[in-house]
Amino acid sequence: FFAPGAIQAAWGSDKDPYDIPAYGNVTLLHMTDSHAQLLPVWWREPDTNIGVGPVLNQTPHLCGKWMLDYYGLAHSGRDEYTYSCLDYDTLAKHYGKIGGYAHIATLVKRYREQLGNRALLLDGGDTWQGSATALWTKGEDMVGAQNLLGVDDFVGHWEFTYGQKQVEYLVKNKLKAKFLAQNVFSNTWQEPVFQPYQIHEISGRRIAVIGQAFPFTPIANPGYMIPDWGFGIHTEHMQKMVDECRNDKKADLVVVLSHNGADVDKKMASLVRGIDIILGGHTHDIMGPKPFQVNQTLVINTSTNGKILARFDLDVGKGKLNGWRFHYLPVFSNLIPADAAMSEYIDGVRKPYLEKLQQPLATTGSLLYRRDNFNGTFDQLLCDALRAEMNCEASFSPGFRWGYCKLPGETITMEDVMGQTAITYPQVTVNNYTGEQIKNIMEQVADNIFNPNPYYQQGGDMIRVGNIQYDFNPDEKIYHRISNLRIGGKLASASKKYKVAGWAAMQPVEGKPVWEVFGSWLQSQKHVEVKKVELPVLNADMRSNHGIAFPKTYKL
Amino acid sequence: GNVAGWPAKAFDAKVLDEAMGDSIGKTDVPVSSKVSLKAPTIAENGGAVPVTIEVDSPMTADDYISTVWLFVDHNPTPLASQFTFTPACGKAYIQERIKMAKTDNVRVVAKTNKGELMASAPREVKVTIGGCGG
Amino acid sequence: MAEALGNPMIRMPGSAKKGEIVEIRSLIMNPMTTGLQKDKKTGKLIPAHFIQTVTITFNDKPLLDIDWSTAVSSNPYLAFKMRAEESGTLKMVWKDNTNGSWSADSKITVS
Ligand SMILES: [Mn+2]
Ligand SMILES: [Mn+2]
Repeated sequence: FFAPGAIQAAWGSDKDPYDIPAYGNVTLLHMTDSHAQLLPVWWREPDTNIGVGPVLNQTPHLCGKWMLDYYGLAHSGRDEYTYSCLDYDTLAKHYGKIGGYAHIATLVKRYREQLGNRALLLDGGDTWQGSATALWTKGEDMVGAQNLLGVDDFVGHWEFTYGQKQVEYLVKNKLKAKFLAQNVFSNTWQEPVFQPYQIHEISGRRIAVIGQAFPFTPIANPGYMIPDWGFGIHTEHMQKMVDECRNDKKADLVVVLSHNGADVDKKMASLVRGIDIILGGHTHDIMGPKPFQVNQTLVINTSTNGKILARFDLDVGKGKLNGWRFHYLPVFSNLIPADAAMSEYIDGVRKPYLEKLQQPLATTGSLLYRRDNFNGTFDQLLCDALRAEMNCEASFSPGFRWGYCKLPGETITMEDVMGQTAITYPQVTVNNYTGEQIKNIMEQVADNIFNPNPYYQQGGDMIRVGNIQYDFNPDEKIYHRISNLRIGGKLASASKKYKVAGWAAMQPVEGKPVWEVFGSWLQSQKHVEVKKVELPVLNADMRSNHGIAFPKTYKL
Repeated sequence: GNVAGWPAKAFDAKVLDEAMGDSIGKTDVPVSSKVSLKAPTIAENGGAVPVTIEVDSPMTADDYISTVWLFVDHNPTPLASQFTFTPACGKAYIQERIKMAKTDNVRVVAKTNKGELMASAPREVKVTIGGCGG
Repeated sequence: MAEALGNPMIRMPGSAKKGEIVEIRSLIMNPMTTGLQKDKKTGKLIPAHFIQTVTITFNDKPLLDIDWSTAVSSNPYLAFKMRAEESGTLKMVWKDNTNGSWSADSKITVS
């Protein structure tokens, strides 16, 4: 399968880590939130992923050593690289990039050969967005990759940002997988828009897969793109679907393919009876190598960017799950040969755009990453760029959780800029906000992340701010989390107006696409270093929060 | 002009207590698990928030839900709708869409044919600027 | 308001078993303006224009009476239920505060 030397170096033994003995009669393969990364990328786990309320210090709200300790993993080597942000630069050089559809394809093919038609491949969504080619082909390049990979069922979130018509077009005419959503209803007649579930006959058992689209799509992303589609969690309707699958369709196993996010999945598992497994995404969290159990339901979340392929081997009996084995497989692209057919497909997708993708803009002396609750080095650069190019004293940038990393010494290309910005509402705008408006915007976003009731959370991270400083208490209520708000180091005045640059507005606006603004700033800089990431000062109670790997960065 | 029979006084009331007083005749009604009110936790569009009301009742000639009121606590006029059921409905059930300007509570009060009053738990619907995402 | 007014629509099953509870859903075009909002161009208040009552009968017998405020969304959607006891006609009448009146009906066969 691959070179023993390479395995030896990565695993400390010659045993093939992807060699899994067959067990049971049904296998579920799960991947999610690839964010259209056809090629392997660098992906650093967050150092800050704070859990509040019922999920305080629970997986996946564990960072750095806390995550390793929770699962009893080694503080070194491949486990440290897979499950934590620790020693990232060093480990990245040793273990290489993660993901890549050609490498995932090799694994999937291998397991299909091993298991025959006992295996289902389920894709948790956020597959059509996140890269230049996905944006320029309106998601179609990814549909091609999904078809080649043999995805059986699929759900959505960022997919919807291509608009109602394009989603309908791709789902009806191009996508071979079933697009499932039990929680999307038309806004005129309140009728289901998509097929809610699919029943698969495997090994003489009936496997129900119920789709759950991201419940807050028209709030987290522009609602005007999907005017006739209403979302929501729809817990009661989920119960109805589970009962219908079990009672009317005689399902022996009920699986929810979910884009709720980890905290909402856990709460839903506690409210709905009869779900065996929730395969979750959206939050991009590492939530393994063991599933989390809520009553009788096993809950997982399968990372992002193609980093993990999850494999559930199940012994499904008549009407019940008799046993299971779970494997959380990091896709180390150096160790898995690329699948030829998928490589050829990817080359074909990229070919017309290659020159533009590879256009060099600047070199970086720092590790560039995005994911963290409050700020990342890539976002720091983006906020700096927005302020400089738009001549503003402050800037806002959305707390997206996608966007891969660059290592120190690498060249930032146009493709990398698109990897941070490729959305269908990219316009940069300049707004004159009062200090009070700035605080209100930040407070509202904060409540969407830190509300102790998961059903009021949307996922995502805190809005990134350029030249705005603040103190923050995640445990407070809305409008009380932020204090000591300063702009340019000076206490913000509630009534004074400040010029703030931003992008990704929820309403249609005019403006240059953000990649142009960011790209031209990078070109003018030639070389960038992030000397300091601006972070809020956190409330002292956060000292005991295991979602923070480096408390000192927050003055804790 | 107003349609004949439309309860103008209750609908014109500007605060919740007044609206409840003018419609139900009471401002404190015990919460009952028989009154179910479904609404999204976060509104996708404050101009059209879907709500579903269901009251547990046999809906027979001598035991049925006669009236249901729907309120939004801080709307300019809190009484949003009044429903007068008959046993022939079979179920005291309504689904409609309402307007909410800001994060607020939605609540329902139901009255049986015998005059017994019961309320739903207030349900908070958040109206937010949104943005961002994973 | 250039939008269409009226055009009431009813969706209900055409047949049911005796005693079955059926769901009836309806839509009608109406601006449902509150009277509190200003026209962005003229700065003048847009007058309230909204449906106040919906009267629903089955075979001319009262089924459900509804009173609405301006809090009901534009182009109101309404779903409710009925116990199917006999074949017949469901009729809905919507009336607004500007003397507008619309009706629609739908038949059901009960066996
Ligand atoms: Mn998502
Ligand atoms: Mn995602």
